[in-house]
Amino acid sequence: MVKWSRFNIASIVLGFGFLYLPIVLLVIFSFNESKLVTVWTGFSTKWYGQLWQNQGLMDAAWVTIRVALLSATCATVLGTLAALALVRYTQFRGRLLFSGMVYAPLVMPEVITGLSLLLLFVAIGFDRGFWTITLAHITFTMCFVAVVVQSRLLSFDQSIEEAAQDLGATPVRTFMEVTLPVISPAVFSGWVLAFTLSLDDLVIASFTSGPGATTLPMKIYSQVRLGVTPEINAICTILIGIVAFGVVIASFVTRRREAQRVRDEQAAFAPA
Amino acid sequence: MSNIASAIVRRLVIIIPYSWLLIFFLIPFFIVFRISVSETAVAMPPYVPVFALSEGFAAFWEKVSQFSLDNYVWLTQDALYLNAYLSSVVIAGISTFFTLLIAYPIAYGMAQAPRSIRSTLLMLVILPFWTSFLIRVYAWISILKPEGLLNQLLLSVGIIDHPLIILNTNTAIYIGIVYSYLPFMVLPLYSALEKMDGTLTEAAQDLGCTPIRAFWRVTFPLSIPGVVAGCMLVFIPAVGEFVIPDLLGGSETLMIGKTLWNEFNANRDWPVSSAVAAILLLILVVPIVLFQNAQAKAESRDR
Repeated sequence: MVKWSRFNIASIVLGFGFLYLPIVLLVIFSFNESKLVTVWTGFSTKWYGQLWQNQGLMDAAWVTIRVALLSATCATVLGTLAALALVRYTQFRGRLLFSGMVYAPLVMPEVITGLSLLLLFVAIGFDRGFWTITLAHITFTMCFVAVVVQSRLLSFDQSIEEAAQDLGATPVRTFMEVTLPVISPAVFSGWVLAFTLSLDDLVIASFTSGPGATTLPMKIYSQVRLGVTPEINAICTILIGIVAFGVVIASFVTRRREAQRVRDEQAAFAPA
Repeated sequence: MSNIASAIVRRLVIIIPYSWLLIFFLIPFFIVFRISVSETAVAMPPYVPVFALSEGFAAFWEKVSQFSLDNYVWLTQDALYLNAYLSSVVIAGISTFFTLLIAYPIAYGMAQAPRSIRSTLLMLVILPFWTSFLIRVYAWISILKPEGLLNQLLLSVGIIDHPLIILNTNTAIYIGIVYSYLPFMVLPLYSALEKMDGTLTEAAQDLGCTPIRAFWRVTFPLSIPGVVAGCMLVFIPAVGEFVIPDLLGGSETLMIGKTLWNEFNANRDWPVSSAVAAILLLILVVPIVLFQNAQAKAESRDR
């Protein structure tokens, strides 16, 4: 194994360099003074200042955040239910179809999901706009939540649930007081994942939105098509900052909860 | 009493997400197929409705006999569509292969890393996946441009005399797909490699295998489930990819996701774009089933 380790370190360093270098360059050039994105002329934050005056951009950001908050929350509830159904009930009619419908959206090309949802909304005469984007986002992000929560439930010790029910707790109470606290880190990271997926989505939102509801990725896309500008770099940097902040907080909370859980378990099994 | 309550709860836990997915995931596909056999009309929505469920069974059959396969015939007559499907599958296949080639050493290195830093490494692989896809693709434009950062670097070092033309070629699409989907490949590979019993390769080496031979005879075969899952996670969405060919590809690049988008947004031809989507779905059914099986196996293994 020792012989391999230099190769291992090199492949990790190169791989992570490849993953991060483009993002780092993008962030650096958002502080470039020149309008040219590829030539460094000096440090400046003027592109950030200009963003706040761009009313269209601010409106789009506001729509995006509302869609993401609402859809992530609904998707977390639905996804957690789906994960429970998959893990706890191994036998029910149509389970194969159900698990297929949970996994397929993970790989389904976005153009197909977007088009099919749009045709559904048109067929039932639903006005396209804020609500249709939200419904579409709930649908594709709930499957990601389901997979995240499912992997936590699979390693969950069911005997504590049985113990609670033997002691007279109703199924709902057992879920609220026993299951949910244990799986909450996974539920929380599912929520964060759903939130960021909704925040980032361009294709599905473009298909399902109507006049009056433009999301930030749609706005960025229409500007990118016109050319690369430091202003777009600045928006992207802010978005990356928000996501990075969210992820760091999420991992911090998850680790603390996990440590707390381990301590609690040790305390429970320790001799009095 | 509590038995009835738990039976109701059990039903609800299944029924709520089940019906949501039926309504918003499965039924829309049937609508896509339905509209793909209707005729284009200059109206809003721009197609002639094929049938409404309220009209009863006789009317239904009468309408079925009016199904128009014109849109599908149209797709086979225009070489554009056939070429777009073929080149999408080829581009996605080549990109998947390169993603595997790059991701494997990374995942292997992570699985061999000291236990204390593994979770940090895992976090670092997941993090780019949480930043916007659009932003990550956009970041490559200023790198790959003729006057971009990569050419500036190569010119100043003296490796090349003329700037390389990479942006708006298929090479740029390969780079974009490999880059964007790398975490999807690394994660399943890592989880397969991490579970592996390290003593197996040691045993192989003790019995006289060279490290490379031990890798091909022991490590790689054991990681096949991760390889399959990773390849499907990259290949399937890459076939229908829109953002990458649109921003990094050239005007002569044909990919079906982009064709569908143009058919829909520029030509406003809903029936033809539905037919394009329907065929794309048929092409992807086999890989999707492969992916489902890999998932189901992983699920029963963890249980």
